[in-house]
Amino acid sequence: METLVFLYLAIVLVVTSLLVVTNRNAVHAVLWMLVMFFHQAILFLTLDAEFLALVQIIVYAGAVLVLFLFVVYMINLRTELNIRNFHVFWPVAATVSIVMGVLAVEAIKDFKAGPVVGDMTPEVIAKVGHAKVLGKALFTQHILSFETAGVLLLVAVLGAVVLTRRIRFKGDEV
Amino acid sequence: MDAKTLYDAADHFLLKYTGLSLIKGLVLVVITLLHVAYATYAERKVIGRMQQRIGPNRVGPRGLLQPIADVLKLLTKEDITPDCVDRPVFMIAPFISLVAGATSLAVIPIWQNFVVANVNCALLVILALSSLSSFGVILAGWGSNSRYSFLGGLRASAQVISYEIAMALALVGVMMLAGSLNLIDIVKAQINSPFKMFAIPQIIGFFVFMVAAIAETNRTPFDLPEAESELVAGYFVEYSAMRFALFYLAEYFGMIVMSMVAVICFLGGWYGPFPIPGIPFFWFLVKLYFLIFFYIWVRATLPRYRYDQVMGLGWKILIPLALLNIVITGLIKVLA
Repeated sequence: METLVFLYLAIVLVVTSLLVVTNRNAVHAVLWMLVMFFHQAILFLTLDAEFLALVQIIVYAGAVLVLFLFVVYMINLRTELNIRNFHVFWPVAATVSIVMGVLAVEAIKDFKAGPVVGDMTPEVIAKVGHAKVLGKALFTQHILSFETAGVLLLVAVLGAVVLTRRIRFKGDEV
Repeated sequence: MDAKTLYDAADHFLLKYTGLSLIKGLVLVVITLLHVAYATYAERKVIGRMQQRIGPNRVGPRGLLQPIADVLKLLTKEDITPDCVDRPVFMIAPFISLVAGATSLAVIPIWQNFVVANVNCALLVILALSSLSSFGVILAGWGSNSRYSFLGGLRASAQVISYEIAMALALVGVMMLAGSLNLIDIVKAQINSPFKMFAIPQIIGFFVFMVAAIAETNRTPFDLPEAESELVAGYFVEYSAMRFALFYLAEYFGMIVMSMVAVICFLGGWYGPFPIPGIPFFWFLVKLYFLIFFYIWVRATLPRYRYDQVMGLGWKILIPLALLNIVITGLIKVLA
């Protein structure tokens, strides 16, 4: 049963990712990405990571994709432009992709799951809930990385504010 | 393994998982659909009374059969698809709206023994699905290939993104007080708390949540995506018959789901001053009907906001208020 679910998820993930990249219509590509995010969330669910699965939908499907759509609307991209300059590179691109694919397969072949760190075992997660376990780990063991990420995001927010704000100098017209 | 054990195993599986939740889900959806139908009736009647009119009074006694007549009319009308629309997107948009709105019902407990799926992170599921419901509106606006629809879709996307943050932050206070994301646990925590409901200690959160919920469901005074007087009807201007009805259904579903979440998270769920024998969810329904009335009341009372005012209210007032609420809740939790 589990293998079947995984197979289904894997196939849909690969196919929808390809559709996202190859679709000529930007809005349709975003829609396929929505389907992809959903299946990714289900993949997280099968790994007992319910919090991650839901955050995946809230943040990626609910916010990031809507912003994507917003951008697509703003630049009014009905169909993709067919630019010649990009076409000459396709043999190089294909070679690189194939090499990367082979490398990925070789790397995954010897993959071994690491030992369970801390108390994040399926039994504990089922008992106290994933959100609680994750929160505890995040705010105790990984507090430094958490705070660092927070500061980085704050800097990014400030950067966005500075970029979009119109700076007025003395004597300028509005 | 012979045929009998296999049959028994399948039977057991069906009974335990699919059967029970399917029946529960079906019951819940049908009852909610009836509520949606009569919410439209109640809305027309209440607004009629507030505006010194009578409201629907022709079909059946006191117009009670009006919603059924409306459904029949919408079902038998011709479903027109305009020529220049983006067909797949145009077709799928109403369904995305409706499914996102209706799926939230699966995790909402009507009573401590009646919930289709008792999920650990139920509150997050509701937030996730409410963020998805904006897709229907946005895609309908774009797929219709019409200026008015497009403007409606653009407004909807900006509005829903902004108010979703305020709504989620308002719910964080509830999560902190209850110490859980499970809705049944949240109600139990409220019953054990001194005030019996979180609306009193979380008064700021409750206020922010209600305002954000009205904005999230695109109701007056935040109905800019469908402002009749400026955008004709906004994002669903090109829709007709049943697809148009699906958008209406989605709006009312959203309204009912948001009211249910407010009842569960802030008003103490099924807990009441005294138990009613035989109907354990009596108080849940009373609170729910009051909140739906509140929605209608607000619609009849307040004029529509201007677009920049909506954005300003969301970002400059509601989000800081929700953050302040989190800080105060955290301080009280640490000190107490």
